[in-house]
Amino acid sequence: MKYAGLLVMPAGFFLTLAALALFPDSGRRFGFVLCGLAVEVLGLVVAVRGHMLPRGGSQP
Amino acid sequence: MSAVPPMVPAAPAMSDVFFSLTLALMLLAPMAIAGVALINTGLGRSRSAAQAMLGNLALIAVAIIVFAFIGAFFTGTLGSAEIVVHAGGKTWSVLGLGPFLLRGLGAAAAQAQLAVLFEFLSVAMLVLLPWGSGADRWRLAAGCGSAAVLAAIVFPLAAHWIWAGGWLASLGANLSVGAGFLDVGGAATVHVIGGMSALVVIWIAGPRRGKFPKEGLSTAMPGHNATYVLFGCLLALVGWLAWNMAGAIVWFHAPLSALPGTAINTLLSASGALAATFSVTRFRFGKPDASLCANGWLAGLVASSACAAFASPVASLFVGGVAGVFTPLLVEVLELALSIDDPTGAITVHGAAGLWGLIAAGFLAPQAGQLLAQLIGIAALLGFFFPLIYLLFALLNRFVPFRVDPDGERMGMDLHEIGGGAYPEFVIHRDESYR
Repeated sequence: MKYAGLLVMPAGFFLTLAALALFPDSGRRFGFVLCGLAVEVLGLVVAVRGHMLPRGGSQP
Repeated sequence: MSAVPPMVPAAPAMSDVFFSLTLALMLLAPMAIAGVALINTGLGRSRSAAQAMLGNLALIAVAIIVFAFIGAFFTGTLGSAEIVVHAGGKTWSVLGLGPFLLRGLGAAAAQAQLAVLFEFLSVAMLVLLPWGSGADRWRLAAGCGSAAVLAAIVFPLAAHWIWAGGWLASLGANLSVGAGFLDVGGAATVHVIGGMSALVVIWIAGPRRGKFPKEGLSTAMPGHNATYVLFGCLLALVGWLAWNMAGAIVWFHAPLSALPGTAINTLLSASGALAATFSVTRFRFGKPDASLCANGWLAGLVASSACAAFASPVASLFVGGVAGVFTPLLVEVLELALSIDDPTGAITVHGAAGLWGLIAAGFLAPQAGQLLAQLIGIAALLGFFFPLIYLLFALLNRFVPFRVDPDGERMGMDLHEIGGGAYPEFVIHRDESYR
């Protein structure tokens, strides 16, 4: 869980890059960039949950 | 991929008066760094205050030296060549290749010299942001190591992509996406990257001992000196005014006539944020909270870094106000719901407020399509730089452990790391006294 989220985040970034390369029109490009950001946020949420400590713990 | 001469368009020639003014502004900008250093120290515990302040200085020193030797080369602001990628019939610069050890700096154009100075100040500010979040348990040696990593790898890449003609800066020229990613005052290169670094440090080092007990709410560990924190905010204001104006000149080529507006927008953003945080904390807790108000003030300044150069005064007030509303709420959520022990609130104040400022810049910039450019830049920050920082810091932690040993934490970082306390005549509280 800890690292899965961090691996998902670059996938969102590559989706954004793909949008720039594949779509000439700004509408579809905008949509794909938003999708890329959504994937990154999803990855961040997974990473945050993976790093949450059990109560009483002081170190990961 | 190939190495080619730089593609950065020539900046407009700068008069001597303009050069002197910009240089003078940059000499005031370190006040912002001093303010952040005071805030870092004041929000930590008294038994770690000397280590925190010495750490502020040591991290700046390491970052400056490493950036001069390594980072400035890859930033490529002085631009002798750059690594480019050809895609979609366009050329994208991904890494700068400047002269070694800043050779030829004195002979470079005035604008380029000022840009390099701005980068030195920015890297000094950047390395302080995670330092405050690791207060009371992050070892000085590891902090210096992280400063070296940020100054050698992370900041040069970001600064090249965003400021020195890299692919994010070229989005406008290559794909007609707004004017390219706009980051006039370092909201992305300094603050978002600093906030993300802070989160990584907290994850790797873990929370302070006793912060999250087995039962009940998290333990409140208030900063040891509210006066340092609030005075740090005032110092930061002076520095930020200069920082935003200097950034507007160097990266936005703003004319002299635009500078008073930039300064007023900075003031309005900070004031709006403070008023909002003051109101939110007064509503939630019955009395305004000094440290959260300081966080709100700083969040307003950070948000202004992205858009003060071109926003209207009313828009700046709104941008600061929004930052001031979400700052205390997010600080609370991170601590209570997500068990993230961030003594200085850097994740919220620098990371989240920086992101908000960058998004707001997309709405407020005069160019069409600017929002898309800002979102692409944010995607690069979250999707590329965040995992990169995690990877580099996790590797560093293998060689230089981030967290102090339990005895050191119990004793306090001052005695453990530097052999003497900041306040030798004071009684040091035990952890149990916070309960």
